[in-house]
Amino acid sequence: MTETTLGAGALAGTRRIRSALGPAALANRPALEKRHPEIFAGSRARRFGAVAIAVALVGLLLLAFWRLDFSLGRIGTGIGQLIHFTTLMVPPSPGTVGRFWLFMNGLGETLAIALLGTLGAAVLAFPFGFLAARNVVPVRVFQLLTRRFLDTVRGVDTLIWALIWINVVGLGPFAGVLAIMTSDFGSFGKLFSEAIETVDAKPVEGVTSAGGSPLARLRFGILPQILPVIAGQVLYYFESNTRSATIIGIVGAGGIGLHLSEAIRTLEWQQVSLLVLMILATVAVIDQISARIRFAVIGERRLET
Amino acid sequence: MPTTIPRLADDRLEPLARAYADAEQDRRRKTLTGFAVLLVLVVLAALVADVDLPKFFGHLDAIGSYVDRLARFDSGDHIGEIVLTHPGEWMWGLKRWFRLLFETLLMAYAGTLLGAVGGFVLCFFAARNLARSETTRWLAARWLEFCRTVPDLVFALIFVYAFGLGAMPGVLAIAVHTTGALGKLFTEVVENVDMKPVEGTTAAGGSWVQTIRFAVLPQILSNFASYALLRFEVNVRGAAVMGFVGAGGIGLDLMEAIRKFYYADVSAMLVLIIAAVMLIDYGTEALRHRLIGRETAR
Repeated sequence: MTETTLGAGALAGTRRIRSALGPAALANRPALEKRHPEIFAGSRARRFGAVAIAVALVGLLLLAFWRLDFSLGRIGTGIGQLIHFTTLMVPPSPGTVGRFWLFMNGLGETLAIALLGTLGAAVLAFPFGFLAARNVVPVRVFQLLTRRFLDTVRGVDTLIWALIWINVVGLGPFAGVLAIMTSDFGSFGKLFSEAIETVDAKPVEGVTSAGGSPLARLRFGILPQILPVIAGQVLYYFESNTRSATIIGIVGAGGIGLHLSEAIRTLEWQQVSLLVLMILATVAVIDQISARIRFAVIGERRLET
Repeated sequence: MPTTIPRLADDRLEPLARAYADAEQDRRRKTLTGFAVLLVLVVLAALVADVDLPKFFGHLDAIGSYVDRLARFDSGDHIGEIVLTHPGEWMWGLKRWFRLLFETLLMAYAGTLLGAVGGFVLCFFAARNLARSETTRWLAARWLEFCRTVPDLVFALIFVYAFGLGAMPGVLAIAVHTTGALGKLFTEVVENVDMKPVEGTTAAGGSWVQTIRFAVLPQILSNFASYALLRFEVNVRGAAVMGFVGAGGIGLDLMEAIRKFYYADVSAMLVLIIAAVMLIDYGTEALRHRLIGRETAR
């Protein structure tokens, strides 16, 4: 920490001296180059590699621009439009008091969706995490199948799951809960199994040598090691799900996204800015709370995990 | 070698045992309180989110039948047959879907690269150890936070009105959100660099840009590339749903198929998307391992 402050201070303080040093060093450059040619020449192969990568990246980008119908004219008018929209956004206002409470209700729905979705996914994924862990179920084929299944579930975006669940349970926040639950089930299954695979085997051996049953091995050998890790991950996903739950309403699965997409579609820009501010504030508060809980849960074990 | 552990006298054991029991009870009470709070929150959330478990379990067979319908043709000559029996007919739109999938990947690529460039430029202004002034640092950090917190789909919804329908607003939305997400990670990397080369460059009279180029960049480049590749994976998934709001890619076709109950098409497109996502995941993972391997070998 002291080093960083020292560095920042050095940067700020030497600005005046540098103006004299820089030209002096540059003036001396030919002589320096003559004395240390190997430093200035650099590696030709590495330089060629760097240029080749840059050319490939930019080339692919240009191809994308061309295929996706980018045009400077459209960007220009679009930015003009955006500035226009922004001026229409101030001051943020819900229009009527009734609508403000509607928005608050939507926000509550969003939080509820995030909480239930995350918890449900964690509960569902918990047994799968054990099944997919190499050190619990040593059957390789079985483990491979569970992993692929979890990968498949994870490969589909939450929003696609939301559309599918709407077909099954109808419009509304419940479809959103199920959507978050499904897509997080895949992620949790993978994370939990990885956490279980990295546990220390010694406590498990200890329980075995004391005559513990397989269940006792899980309960007293593995569980105490993974619970803080899992709790941390669940909290982290709760944070990120609060963000996803704000957009899930765009397809009709409940939450504040419904109001947001409606406000944008009807060009009510003051409502849009209010809704965005509400989302920003909520996410900030949730981040704070969850960071605090996470610290309380895993704080004392930080050194181990 | 039989040994006996000497037993503590009862009067000395008793306070120890009581202290242990107290501590254990305290821990248990805390855990129980935590669970009680959680339970209350869950019940509250269930009420707010209209969770209707009887209805859900009543519809449980609907889930099974939905999966079943996904796996069968819903129209045409082979109606009712399992889709895998006639893969040619199942994948009838393969040419169009491949084109859309390619477009989706290009969107993710362009959005990631533009966002990475944005995050790259801004992270040096937002990093505590390199920031030129407190004001620009605050502005850069807040802007990154804003870009990160607003979901890319919300940007897309707004951009579609500003730039018109198509892939362009989708790319820009991904780019803006990625700027925020990567900018924060990049800032953290920059804040953790070794400051000695920075001091060396400064002492030799290097300007701010030269300091970054010769002292900071060599330390961070592989880390940045690794984060950008991870973000690319996320953005491929994100680009696949951009079409839901009219911002290009395969999403529009997928949404129409789901809404209009074209089950066979839904399953075909889902299979293609999942395959593409998995391929990309494996590819980037291999690349990242090579990057990290090169870093540790150096």
